Amino acid sequence: MNEHTDAVRKDFKSEILDENISGSETYFRVKEDAAVRICDQLYHRMDCALVSIFATDRRKKEGCFRIHYLFSSENQLQNDRVQTANGFIIIQIDIAENAPHFHSVTSRVPAANWYEREIQDMFGLIPVGHPDPRRLVNFEDWPPKSYPLRKDFDIRTKPERVKGEYTYRRVEGEGVYEILVGPVHAGVIEPGHFRFSVAGEPVLNLEIRHFYTHKGVEKLFENITLDKAVFLAERISGDNSVAHVVAFCQAVEKIAGVDIPPRARYVRTILMELERLYNHLGDIAGIATDVAYAFGAAHANLLKEEILQLNEIVTGSRLLRGMNTIGGVRRDIGDKKDIISQKLSAFRNDFRELMDLLFASPSVADRIETTGRIYNDIAKGLHVVGPAARASGIDRDTRRDHPYAAYPDLKFKVPVLKAGDVNARTRVRADEVYESIGIIEQALSRLPDGDIKISVKEIHDGYALGYTEAPRGETLYWVMIENNRIERCKVRDPSFCNWLAIEYAVLDNIVPDFPIINKSLSLSYSGNDM
Amino acid sequence: MTVETEIEIMGQHLNERIKKIFGRSLHIREVDAGSCNGCEVEVNALSNPIYDIERFGLHIVASPRHADMLLVTGPVTRNMELALLKTYNATPEPKLVAAMGSCACNGGIFGNTYASGGGVDKFLPVDVYIPGCPPRPQAVIFGLMVALDKFDQKIKRMEVKA
Repeated sequence: MNEHTDAVRKDFKSEILDENISGSETYFRVKEDAAVRICDQLYHRMDCALVSIFATDRRKKEGCFRIHYLFSSENQLQNDRVQTANGFIIIQIDIAENAPHFHSVTSRVPAANWYEREIQDMFGLIPVGHPDPRRLVNFEDWPPKSYPLRKDFDIRTKPERVKGEYTYRRVEGEGVYEILVGPVHAGVIEPGHFRFSVAGEPVLNLEIRHFYTHKGVEKLFENITLDKAVFLAERISGDNSVAHVVAFCQAVEKIAGVDIPPRARYVRTILMELERLYNHLGDIAGIATDVAYAFGAAHANLLKEEILQLNEIVTGSRLLRGMNTIGGVRRDIGDKKDIISQKLSAFRNDFRELMDLLFASPSVADRIETTGRIYNDIAKGLHVVGPAARASGIDRDTRRDHPYAAYPDLKFKVPVLKAGDVNARTRVRADEVYESIGIIEQALSRLPDGDIKISVKEIHDGYALGYTEAPRGETLYWVMIENNRIERCKVRDPSFCNWLAIEYAVLDNIVPDFPIINKSLSLSYSGNDM
Repeated sequence: MTVETEIEIMGQHLNERIKKIFGRSLHIREVDAGSCNGCEVEVNALSNPIYDIERFGLHIVASPRHADMLLVTGPVTRNMELALLKTYNATPEPKLVAAMGSCACNGGIFGNTYASGGGVDKFLPVDVYIPGCPPRPQAVIFGLMVALDKFDQKIKRMEVKA
């Protein structure tokens, strides 16, 4: 299919147990001890991004656990367009129940860090040689030998709280002290714990601790019907509802082997861009608030509210919920075309005016330029995604690189900047707002006639990957269906990648700049913790 | 009716109640006990220039120590349980608890599982439930009015006891 899969086949001929191609996904089941070398090769030599690692409990059917390393194989861009097909390479290894461990790749591929710890907590498979094998999802009061995503764990179990301890990294020295923040924050934001080690104002070290909002989403998917799962996907990261639910539906539609009607693809695209608009406006408002540019913040919040109200007019939900379903969309928006274009053309002018003011203000520039830098190599190493990646010189956007919905038919640019600071992230978002408006206008003018939904009844057993570019970045769903029920649903929210970068972004910055850096990365706690 | 007029009318009612019960303003501390962030979008919207709830005497404060009411979202996850209880205990009496959103009301789609507690009232006495996923800002304002009426009764009961 492409040069990367060919290279894997050639270089690891004797290690590959079997191969399975479905659409753009190529699965290689390999010998357990070869996984680290293959990952190393894919990541360092072929420049494939490690987009997820997850496990499945196949003990009942195949007598083992399986770990899947998911890589995105992308070819060089020519004239801003993908020339040959990009795809995903999935390396699988089997783990025996009586030897529940595997070799960690984190020291070679830093992006693997949290995935391996997540697998350790949820499946009880130990990543041998992991540089930081502390608990991640389960807290210290979670009893040992209890693993929620194993099939023999009942979702209704309420394990007793045990005595345990969580050790934080310590920075010691004269004048060094710690600032503890959260989980309940001063603002109206989600819960998480931040521990700063500081000497005066500069941050020497930041340690984040999350998973306060862990709601057992992946386990829940396995215990509900497909219809209900659509609603669950909308509620994993509340303000990225559409991106999540579309990724989920696309995965299920792939398994079912259905092509949704063209009109549904266009409606989905419009919804996804409306979502991007209100999210980007919210982030810009947040940055304006945190640099004490109150006028700009009020203006940006007002524009965000305009989109939320437009969302309600178009879909009946301010957060665009309840629109998507497996097989298409549930409600047509054909009669709302005029109001969307009217509102958006006024919106574009207001937004331009606001951006001119914001970027012309020296007090804003002073706070956001060079603040919270994420260097390109750090961003690459940790697999930072979305606007945060594009502000650090990484030219990736799922809409262009792995096209879905109506994006292949539409023209748009992917803004990329190099500085990697708060300023660059804000400017990438601002540029994306114009692109989103352009996408919606094109989609509206080319909205195809026809049905908005195709009925999907029986879904044969199988698995597939669904992906979207959420406002926060690449969102992935790997869904496995057996007997018309979800056997496994792995959700990878963009924030699961980007949180790792914040510990680097704050170094050499002062504590008062932390809120701006945090806001500029636009991180979801719920999407991360699930 | 536009949103602006709707809010203007509701806001006046709210303001009257707040003035009557609190003299000046009602202080709210929002606690996310594991929500998806949808409710937070709407709580934040309450402060934007369209709703601007501060003009009616509603103030969202940074600490439970300053709060008359806790506005709790999310199904109360296992990992947030302790933090929620600590926040509740840090809020001075007499206090109100509002459960905002379907998850806070009864666990919502997340239900009652190993990780999700199944609603705020499993852990704290709840005075008012504000359903919706998420509730619109108008619904939140309405819910707060219901809570205020309850608060009035609560104070009267406390006075009788004293």
